[in-house]
This record gives sequence, structure tokens and C-alpha cells, in this order.
Amino acid sequence: MLTARPGVPPARSAGEKRGRRMSTRVVRPGWMEKPKPLTQAAKALALVVVVLLVCVPFLVIVSTSLASQREVVDNGGWVLWPQDPTLQAYRDILEGGIVTHALGVSAGVTVVGTLLSLACTVALAYALARPGVFGGKPVLLLILFTFLFPPGMIPNFLLVKELGLLDSYASLILPVLINVFNLVVLRAFFQGVPEDLFEAARLDGAGDLRVLLTIVLPLSKAALAVVGLFYAVAYWNAWFYASLYLESDHWPLQQVLRTYVIAGTGLTDTTTGEATVNAPQTIQMAVLVIATVPILLVYPFLQKYFTKGVLTGAIKS
Amino acid sequence: MMPGLAYFLVFQYGALVGNVIAVKEYVPFDGLWNSPWVGPDNFQRMFEDAAFWDSVLNTLLISVLQLVFFFPVPLALALLLHSLTWSTVRRFVQSVAYLPHFLSWVIVVALFQQVLGDTGMLNSYLGDIGLHTVDIIGNPDAFKPLVVAQVIWKDAGWGTIIFLAALSLVDEQLYEAAAIDGAGPWRRFWHVTLPAIRPVIILLLIMRLGEILSVGFEQMLLQRDAVGPEAAEVIDTFVYFQGIVGGDYGYAAAAGLFKGVVGAVLVYAANKVAHRLGEQGVYK
Repeated sequence: MLTARPGVPPARSAGEKRGRRMSTRVVRPGWMEKPKPLTQAAKALALVVVVLLVCVPFLVIVSTSLASQREVVDNGGWVLWPQDPTLQAYRDILEGGIVTHALGVSAGVTVVGTLLSLACTVALAYALARPGVFGGKPVLLLILFTFLFPPGMIPNFLLVKELGLLDSYASLILPVLINVFNLVVLRAFFQGVPEDLFEAARLDGAGDLRVLLTIVLPLSKAALAVVGLFYAVAYWNAWFYASLYLESDHWPLQQVLRTYVIAGTGLTDTTTGEATVNAPQTIQMAVLVIATVPILLVYPFLQKYFTKGVLTGAIKS
Repeated sequence: MMPGLAYFLVFQYGALVGNVIAVKEYVPFDGLWNSPWVGPDNFQRMFEDAAFWDSVLNTLLISVLQLVFFFPVPLALALLLHSLTWSTVRRFVQSVAYLPHFLSWVIVVALFQQVLGDTGMLNSYLGDIGLHTVDIIGNPDAFKPLVVAQVIWKDAGWGTIIFLAALSLVDEQLYEAAAIDGAGPWRRFWHVTLPAIRPVIILLLIMRLGEILSVGFEQMLLQRDAVGPEAAEVIDTFVYFQGIVGGDYGYAAAAGLFKGVVGAVLVYAANKVAHRLGEQGVYK
């Protein structure tokens, strides 16, 4: 039975296949009446509208970034589908200069920031999740209080200034090192680890750190993935504090995007001293695409994990 | 653990203490601690400043518009998604709808500009078919609806998560019993669904109330240049322009502190009211 003859499909496969297809379609409960055709049509229409509203803007920016500058001008500023696609705009911005540099800054801050944030959040969440480690409840309340009453923009700015962090990449990471929401999610997750495992580990002589590394973290992969991705997205997307703390030759991608596309002004390349006046539309759209792509790349992973990780944490707390 | 605690001490409580600047006059040379005390002068000036009250009014207007036009959208979308029996379609639409939440405000504002701006998609299409073009981006009168539309585009999908979670927890047997008793879809919604998700709705309303004085700071700041302060000045941008651009740190911090205190008091009060009404609220 275990070895199926080659060429003859195992008898189970047809049933399995049907089973899988069935599972994508939840059976309507017996008590629920079948909706009227009109209702169904209205629902379908609403769904299509939602999907189009999200997707069409992306299609347009990608298409425009791939079109030639002439086609864009002829068509009045945008194209829905480029006649003969070219990667010229991407070649222009990626062969060095402002956008390339900004891309490096954003990537660097995102990677370093995410690792630091994740490490600090894990350590603190673990300490707060273990009963009687230290302070416990009062410390947690003090931390939650900062969520209810954040210090505000001006004190933050003055603090960064007095610490001498102005115009340093650290100013983009240290002031936002730990996010209280992420901390609470991880803490809730760590608290869900069965107490028996801790007991067993302790009997085997494992210290707190070893328990964390060998037992708790491997069990919390989904939560770690979600929190890590949340941090990464936040670092990648951060704009305001970068515009506040950094001089123009240290700008990350979001600030360059703001200047090119929203304010519609050119930038002076500090390395060549050349001023680019009003970046052409294709270039603008290419920068917009480059700023969006990393989010699109990590999105499937976020999708996969956040229903598992975040929701359990959020509902519990 | 220690770096984490140090972070909260320095960057949260350290900065919180920095709010004393609100009762001082900041002199760059003297720094935060040695600047002279001025007592409640900054607050007094703030309460008499028409520009400050304009920013409060704008903030409240945008908040109320969001409450009326944004708040119901995720709920409606969640009900629609929840009613789908074909889970492939449901998962696909969910994935698409959550996505904009993860884009930065810079990207969202840029996208809206590309689609609705003077030379954007909508206007060149309207021009092609011989209709009047519409002036949306950069038009102060259209700014507030535009802001709400942006928030809906960005966060309506994300907002469905919590409603969907609540809807999935409703006991199927209640629906079944109601249906057997002859309740149609509408009455089942009214008598089963709505009471079941009421705690979530109230929780979100309380949280929204606490944030009534903060409307998307980056969103406003990015577009304030295009429409001018009359339409787009909110408390946060007021703080930014007074303090960071104008260098009047004490005055700006006073406005920021005002916002923080009002927000905290509102959450506290709303939570009390929710408890009194027998609801769970945000915290006990």
C-alpha cells in the first residue's frame, strides 16, 4: 500500500484534490438563505472597485516609470501601458548620485535599526513576561504610560539636539528603538509559552538567557517575524524625523521622494555639484516605484505571519 | 533588558521631562536647563493666539470628518468580506486591501497627486473626453475631503482586521437559532452581529477620541505647502512651525503639552463612561 506502482496514481489523490478545492469554498450553513442575484452582483462590484482602487495607481506609476519621457509628455503626464518599455529611468537613477545614495541610507538604517530594535524588544519583553524577574507590574505600567502620553515633538527634538545626535543616522534609530505595541505583542506571546518548559530547562541547569535562546525564541518565530517586519517597514517608511534631523547629503529615500515628487523640485548632487531641475516624470515615478518595491517584497511574509502572530497577541492584551 | 529600560528612561521619560521647556523661554546658548523660567506665559499667550485656535479648529474638523466618513468604512468592508463564502476571493481581496497601510505617507501623497493632480490621470482623462477638469490637489476648499479620502484609501482595509477577528468569534449557534426563529439577514445582523461586536466598536471609538487632537501629522505637513495654513494647519503642524521652524521652543512645547494632556484626559473620561455603561473599555 505504501509503494504505489509507477504510472498508476494512488487512489487517494482524486479525493485529496477535491478535498483541497472544497476547502477554499466554505459551505454555506444550512440556515443561511442564498443571497439574491442582485445582492451578489452588488457585492462582486464592490469587491472589484476595492481591488481596482488599490491596484490602478500602482499600475500607472510602474507603467509611467517604464515609458519613454516623450511618450509620457505626449500622453499628458502618465501612461497606463507603455508602448515600448525601457529601463532608462532606472538606469539613470541607479548609476550613482542622489537616489543611489539615499537607497543605501534607507537600506542601512532599516537593517541596523530592525536588528537593534528586535534585540532590545525581545530582551525587555522576555524580562517583563517572566514572573518576578524584576519590578514586574510597575515597570510595565510605566512603559504603557508612555504609550498613553508620548513626550511630544519639541522635547524629542531638544533631547536629540542636546545628546549631539543631530545629523547622525543614530537619530533615526535611537529615539524610536522600542515600540510599545510591538513590546506588548511579544510579551503576550512569550507568556503563552507553557510553564513546564521553563521548569524542565531550569532542572537541566539552563540560565535565563539559554532558555530564551533555545526554547522561547524558536517557539515564537511567527511573532518575531511580524514584529521584525513591522519595525523594518517603519524604518523604511520614516520620513519626518529624517527631514528634521539630517542634512541633505545624508537623506534617506523618503525625503528624496518628497522633494522630487511632492514638492516637485530638483536636487543638487553634492558629489558633482550639478543641479537637476525638476526631475522628469519618468524619473519621479521610478523613484516612487523603488520606494514601494521593498514593501511589496516583504508584504507576502507579513501577510503570512500577522494573522497568526499579531492577532493572538492583540486579542489577549 | 537593560538597553530596553535605558531607552524608556532616556528617550521617553527624559524627553517627557523636557516638557518643562513649556514654562521656560528657550535660549539656545543656555540650553534646556539654564534657560530662564517664564511660568505660565507661554500658555497664556497660546490661549490668546488666534492662529493656535485656528489649528485646533482644523484638527477637530478633520477628526470629525474622519469619524463620520472613515470609521464606518472598515466595518462595512469587514461585513462584506465576512459574508463571502468563497475564501480564495476573500483572502485575495483582504491581501489587496491591507497593502496600502504599509506604504509611507510620502508615497500615498505622491500617488494621490499623480492620480488626482492637475496633470494627473483623472484630469487628463476628463480633458480627453472633453469634460471640465477638476481642481483637487492644491485646492484649499477640497483639502479636507481629500485628506479623509487618503485615510480611507490607506487604512480602511487594515481597519477591517479587528472587525473580522470580532466577527469570526460570534457564535454560529446564535445565528442558527435566530434563523430557525425566522429572523431574516437584516434582523440577524441587528440582533446577533451588532451586539456581538459592540465592545470592539466602543473600544475603537474610545481610542479615536483620545486621538481627536492628532490627525496624521506627516500627511498634513507634506501637503501644507500646497494648500496653505488656513486649510491645513493642525495642532501638530502648528507645533512644528512655531518650534522647529520658528525657534520658539517653549511656546511650541506648550501647545504640544496641551494636546497631550487633553488626549490623555479624553481617553480616561471615555473609558470611565464606557465602564459606567457596562462596557469593557480599553483598560480596567
